[in-house]
Amino acid sequence: MKETLSLTLGIADWIQFFLHYVSLSLLQIGGAIATIPDMHRFLVDQNLWLTDAQFNASVAIAQAAPGPNVLFIALMGWNVGMNAGGVLLGLLGIVLAMTGMLIPSSVLTYNATQWGHRNSNLRSVRAFKQGLAPIVVALLIATGWILASASGKSLDHWPLWLLAGVTTVICWRTRLHILWLLGAGALIGWFGWI
Amino acid sequence: MSALPPDDRPRPKSLTDLFVSFTLLALQGFGGVLAVVQRELVENKRWLTRDEFIEDWSVAQIMPGPNVINLALIVGGRYFGLKGAVVGLAGMIVVPLVLVVVLALIYSQFSEHQGVAGALRGMGAVAAGLIMATGIKLIAALETNVIGWRWCTALGLACLVGIIVFRLPLAYILFGLGGVAFTLAYKRLKP
Repeated sequence: MKETLSLTLGIADWIQFFLHYVSLSLLQIGGAIATIPDMHRFLVDQNLWLTDAQFNASVAIAQAAPGPNVLFIALMGWNVGMNAGGVLLGLLGIVLAMTGMLIPSSVLTYNATQWGHRNSNLRSVRAFKQGLAPIVVALLIATGWILASASGKSLDHWPLWLLAGVTTVICWRTRLHILWLLGAGALIGWFGWI
Repeated sequence: MSALPPDDRPRPKSLTDLFVSFTLLALQGFGGVLAVVQRELVENKRWLTRDEFIEDWSVAQIMPGPNVINLALIVGGRYFGLKGAVVGLAGMIVVPLVLVVVLALIYSQFSEHQGVAGALRGMGAVAAGLIMATGIKLIAALETNVIGWRWCTALGLACLVGIIVFRLPLAYILFGLGGVAFTLAYKRLKP
């Protein structure tokens, strides 16, 4: 984040910023990650509100930090605000980005779920739950696989794969607390063994 | 499956309990919260059965929105209605949000450090393993599935190949394979 931007954003710009997130909210099927390409186009290419480095760091930090990965959206809002003049605007950016991104999808999800609970005996609701179960389970395994391959598929990265594989077995067969495993991963990485 | 589980089951005692529990969950979730959610809510707290977890997770996946956030909404809503949904969502976001901003400020100082980059890589690999293990553990819940183990295996493998080998967008999988699976289940369930 060496390169910095200095922006002047008016009310119209902030409204446009907010509405862009609102427009993306219902498109994030499969998670906010799916909207990253469009956000990059809007924030970096079109409006020059963020540098490429700021954009990438926002995603990487939110992935590494505890908490839902969607917080990268908050960091983008924060960075746009910081570019525009400081901490208060940074906080404004966080609030606009997060509410714009989450309110439409949350309202829809909540109402759909409540409807599903009220109608849980409907044949279609039961078929949905039963039918999707094997796909959802497979998706979890696939997600783990994709994350493990994020740093490279080649044989050079075999220690990372080994670590992911050993973790899988330990978490599956034992009740060891997850934080011990993450701590061990951090140490192994810190000393450069992977 | 009814909206509210029977009374003798463990459940969040209050909105505060819900908020604190979700905050603690979120804070343990390096590289994603999902693995922690399954272990805490299903195995430790037992607020959800394995089947309920899979059901809620399928809804959380198929609806727009970050899936862990959706799950917090759904689980909160299951117990306390709209208030629970809002509190669950807030628990998942508020404290981690403060933390991530602080980390972003610190990171700008240390981004070049070898050890820090390595530690992030190591934690990423562990997080990947945790999510795979979560999926493997849930396979057992499919034994009673109405579409039968042959179809479960076929659909599961098709999903794995679609995502891992062909890198298909999630929407294709959910609506394509999901549509086939729904039809199968619908035919086998008696009206």
